Amino acid sequence: MKGYDLLELAVRNLRQSKLRNGLTTIGISVGVASLVAMLSLGVGLQQLATRRLAGSGMFDTVFVTSRQDFRGFDKEDDQKAPHPEKAPVLDEASRVKMTQLPNVTEVEPEIRVMGEVIAGGETHFGFVTGLPMSARENEAFDTLKGKFFSSDNADEAILLLDFAKELNTKNPSELIGQDISLRYGERQALSQDASDRPQLAGSDNEASSAGGNGDDFGFSVVRKQQKLRVVGIVDQEPYGGMRTVSRGRIFLPVRTTERLNMAQFNDMRSSLRGASGKTYTTLTVRVKDPAKVQGVQDAISQMGFRTFSVLDATKSLRRFFTVLDLFLGIFGSLALAVATLAIINTLVMAVLERRREIGVMKAIGASDGDVKKLFFTEAGAMGLFGGVLGIALGFAIGKAINIGTGVYLQRHQLPAEPVWIMPVWLIGAAIAFSIVVSLLAGLYPASRAAKLDPVQTLKYE
Amino acid sequence: MRKGREPAPRRDSVASNGTHMSSLPVSDLTSAVRAENVMRHYPMGESIIRAVDGVSLTIEPGEFVALLGQSGSGKSTLLNLLAGLDRPTSGSVSVHGRDLAKMSSEELARYRRNDVGMVFQSFHLIPSMTITENVELPMRFAEVERAERAQRVRESLERVGLSKRLEHRPSQLSGGEQQRVSLARALANRPSLLLADEPTGNLDSRTGEDILNLIRDISLSLGMTVVMVTHERVLAERFAQRLIFLADGKLVAEEVQA
Repeated sequence: MKGYDLLELAVRNLRQSKLRNGLTTIGISVGVASLVAMLSLGVGLQQLATRRLAGSGMFDTVFVTSRQDFRGFDKEDDQKAPHPEKAPVLDEASRVKMTQLPNVTEVEPEIRVMGEVIAGGETHFGFVTGLPMSARENEAFDTLKGKFFSSDNADEAILLLDFAKELNTKNPSELIGQDISLRYGERQALSQDASDRPQLAGSDNEASSAGGNGDDFGFSVVRKQQKLRVVGIVDQEPYGGMRTVSRGRIFLPVRTTERLNMAQFNDMRSSLRGASGKTYTTLTVRVKDPAKVQGVQDAISQMGFRTFSVLDATKSLRRFFTVLDLFLGIFGSLALAVATLAIINTLVMAVLERRREIGVMKAIGASDGDVKKLFFTEAGAMGLFGGVLGIALGFAIGKAINIGTGVYLQRHQLPAEPVWIMPVWLIGAAIAFSIVVSLLAGLYPASRAAKLDPVQTLKYE
Repeated sequence: MRKGREPAPRRDSVASNGTHMSSLPVSDLTSAVRAENVMRHYPMGESIIRAVDGVSLTIEPGEFVALLGQSGSGKSTLLNLLAGLDRPTSGSVSVHGRDLAKMSSEELARYRRNDVGMVFQSFHLIPSMTITENVELPMRFAEVERAERAQRVRESLERVGLSKRLEHRPSQLSGGEQQRVSLARALANRPSLLLADEPTGNLDSRTGEDILNLIRDISLSLGMTVVMVTHERVLAERFAQRLIFLADGKLVAEEVQA
């Protein structure tokens, strides 16, 4: 029998029992819809996460910490590494070494200190963060009001909008161009004559002079005040505030923060260490091209430091989403599995009902293959209709999810973003999957129909 | 093996000289149907039912033969064996020199589709299909071109004297009309052998006579061989050229009509 005739007969047979076949088809469509909705949710969430990471502009960044100071997230990796006390510290020498690595564009310390801003006779507490000039490229500054720093050593500040509102509730942008005073803690060497103090074994005066702080044996924190010109206001934290304990609210050029010699939390740690001069908590290494991040990261790891990049994050993210997709797929498939049983049931019923008809068809020349193909086509057609209907249904469910989350996000003052995305490949794959599953379900009924003995079915009753 | 596409010229060639099967012995081709010591046994619990028990017969091309006997005599089973719907336990059935026992089930289906037309006591039309669709159905299996089908449907229906209510369902027709449709369906693929299983069994005697008249006329005009199973001896004597009597699966008597 030719394909077109097969299809025509199959469709007319399906229309013979509209209710039953309709219900079965709806069953399939619900199965497909749930599968599609689940997988689309997986895809949507994954894209949302990647979009967030990509937008943060951190794909070209490697964060470096000393193994002495922090242990990593990976316990196994930690155990394999040499003893933490033997690990190198993040000092000026290693910073210079990193700067000289190929493909590295800049190595900047991460500086975050506490400060008080005095404006209009009031003081406001805030965290100060040093930003390199390269931060201009970060998406956070896309909506910058005012200007970026004129140089990396300027006495200028950029405020986070929330903080600016604290200083000037009515019109925060008025602050641009105004001067504010920043009160901060300056790190001062404890004593000028370090020589009359007992030298610690292995202390390295050269390193301390390279750091230019000369405070091997401790330091005092002295309150200082610095006048700064507000040049801009940003809506969001650059780099998404990643890797920070507390968010920065006042941004200064990184050289300015270094020049002012602001006391940092980790200074406590470095003064206890006693073996070297100034050390950094975290160095941010920027790489020319995201593709080169892995190489730079490996090179720095070779130097004995702990490294972290978004690459690592996306790796585990990808693993997470594979597992998530798998689970969503399994749950989505459950409904389709139930629908498969419905197809088998419907077709077995049809074979029973149409025994006589099958016998007649065989008597007038249908081969076993023709009968089998006819039932297969009926199953496949139900799969196709169910698949298409299921896509439509899944699409509606997805739209509802998106609208729902959109409303929820907006209620929390967050921009609405689609969490549910149905890629074109999923539409095709779902319909194909639905047809294949239906055909598999048709396997048994079709072979049962083909095996019917026409002599038995045609016996006069 | 012959293709199923072109059944049309075969009937004539079989009826006239049978040259289309040059590879087979000529003696075989002279007969339309040849059964040799055919047995069909069914296991039934412990015992075996010998539905057909050693029947040998030969039917000439264009002949109209009636198979007569009580119910359970094996006449319907024999007909099913000739139709290729059933296979003999032993013995052989040849139609136009081709041994049905040696055919695969696919080949048997092709044989039924192209060489045999069947008419049943209870018509066996497909209730969900219109008259036209019922007649068209065997041509779908035979993969006849769509354009040709419509014409052949009309031709077949004209031959059985139906021209109205062609888009009706079988249930809207009288028994006689339904049997005509069934006959038209049997003729659709232009078979050389018509097998009729009690074609008048569900019809009143007048209508039954009409149908048999029709079958005889068609057989004569197309040179088509007819084998009819019946238990109505009077009708058989009127229309068939030869009567074959069966009892307990065996051929018991034969009568040639004048």
